[in-house]
Amino acid sequence: MLIWFLRRLGQIIPTLLILSVLIFGLQQLMPGDPALILAGEERGDPQVLAQIRAELFLDRSLPEQYLHWIGRAVQGDFGFSWRIREPVAKLILEKLPVTFQLATMAFLIALVIGIPAGVLSAVRRDRPVDWLVNGFALFGISTPNFWLGIMMILLFSVQLGWLPPSGYVPLTEDPVQSLATTIMPAFVLGSGIAGVLMRHTRAAMLGALGQDYVRTARAKGLGERAVVGKHALRNALIPVVTLGTIEFGRLLAGAVLTEQIFTIPGFGKLIVDAVFNRDYPVVQGVVMATALIFVSLSLIADILYMAVNPRLRTA
Amino acid sequence: MTAPDSPFRRALRRFLRHRLAVFGLVVVVVFVLAALLAPWISPADPLQTSWTAIRKPPSAAHWFGTDENGRDVLARVLYGARASMAAGVISVSVALLIGVPIGLLAGLAGGWVDAVIARIADAMLSVPFLILAIALAAFLGPALENAMLAIAVTASPIFVRLARGMALDARTTDWVEAARALGNPPWRLGLVHVLPNIVPPLLVQATLAIAEAIIAEASLSFLGLGQQPPAPSWGSMLNSAQRFLTQAPWLAVFPGLAIFLVVLAFNLMGDGLRDALDPRGERR
Repeated sequence: MLIWFLRRLGQIIPTLLILSVLIFGLQQLMPGDPALILAGEERGDPQVLAQIRAELFLDRSLPEQYLHWIGRAVQGDFGFSWRIREPVAKLILEKLPVTFQLATMAFLIALVIGIPAGVLSAVRRDRPVDWLVNGFALFGISTPNFWLGIMMILLFSVQLGWLPPSGYVPLTEDPVQSLATTIMPAFVLGSGIAGVLMRHTRAAMLGALGQDYVRTARAKGLGERAVVGKHALRNALIPVVTLGTIEFGRLLAGAVLTEQIFTIPGFGKLIVDAVFNRDYPVVQGVVMATALIFVSLSLIADILYMAVNPRLRTA
Repeated sequence: MTAPDSPFRRALRRFLRHRLAVFGLVVVVVFVLAALLAPWISPADPLQTSWTAIRKPPSAAHWFGTDENGRDVLARVLYGARASMAAGVISVSVALLIGVPIGLLAGLAGGWVDAVIARIADAMLSVPFLILAIALAAFLGPALENAMLAIAVTASPIFVRLARGMALDARTTDWVEAARALGNPPWRLGLVHVLPNIVPPLLVQATLAIAEAIIAEASLSFLGLGQQPPAPSWGSMLNSAQRFLTQAPWLAVFPGLAIFLVVLAFNLMGDGLRDALDPRGERR
């Protein structure tokens, strides 16, 4: 187990290092001189420009610049936002809980819808219920998040006036308001994932229902409920758990547009605002942080896979 | 089974039997035609503003209504199909052109070349698609071409991984082994012996990738990183529609519906192709 874990880490670290090179390389695509952007009004003053370049290591060679950047990044220091002059890491840590709340709610919604729907459609395979559930899954996967968001605002905020169209209240401040401001975006985010989870659950359940142990369970006279719930579902959930963990990471990407539409001050809004303010250190920091979260999640997925599948533990 | 059938015809027959996939194909064809024929079938100039027809609801004169500058929404949706279809098809084609040769090279060459390529693909896949595309588009600057390039580069590791996996599998097969023993160079092995065998899975993946690329283009345009106004694109139309939700909800309905339909159609086609091209599946 420990050896496996270390080997897995041995794969992750080079992946992240290569990614850091790529993200650093993005800077070279950028049109214009960052020092000019940073200097703002004082861009005519060569002394100011030289000072900025020295501060940001822009006057050094590329490898030196990279080593400087990565050296700080591994210590959790992604530099300063050019725009608001605050540490990028601090900005990310401030925004992360907001997106985390949104993602968790979305994930719960996806689980509550996706798994039962997948089980139902597998059990009632090729019947109307199966078609209906498949139809909804396809609908969830094909609807662009941001359009669904706009349509929900149109219905629930503009027409019915039930929910606020935008804004965010922290959970600690006013839990009810917090839920009211996040339920629509969470549903928007969750609906796509629900479709994916449903498809995985259905496929896994169909696989499990065809196995010998299910036939054995039926043969020994167990009721259908016990066969499906205890024998088939438990085994079917193994791949679903790991895929679900990875889907959780994808919620971060979905949050970008959803937060934009509902003006929720989270991680996604941070990267969009940074893009528009040409605040490149923030963009780089957010991409790096997302990768870190994503890679950690897939590690967790692997560990979960080991935990729920005893056959792999001895290997 | 009667007379021996070519695999292509068998797959075609299976695809045509898949009703939803055929529906997807029809919708895709309609949108491709709309994009190609936009200048001839459009009821109006998509850029023509009119101060007397600002935010008019759908009517006989303007089927989809007019926008905040009095432009015909139907015309803009039709012309918007150009940006979306181009983004979907061109960026996925570029992604294929980048990804497949690199993946084949990795799979056939093995050794450190493979290790480096596989790690780079892993690294790119460890950032969610849209976030990487946004970051790339941000550094390249806002323009439709840059958005397409960003989407192409972001989508390419999927094809690298797919082609590499298939090449690794094929490397151990007898026919590739034999071809290698005859002294064929690796590029010839890849081109002649491996590539034709991986076309079916690539086709499926490419169809699904087009759906994803269209959503990505709409997302980037929505954020202002794709097609620049006043040129129409579904994403940027949705962005400006958001400001007039109370007064002019139709502005948000039609472009979104167009994105939804196209994406759904490509997803249906992809699913149908997967079923049709799977050599094991004669059922369903």
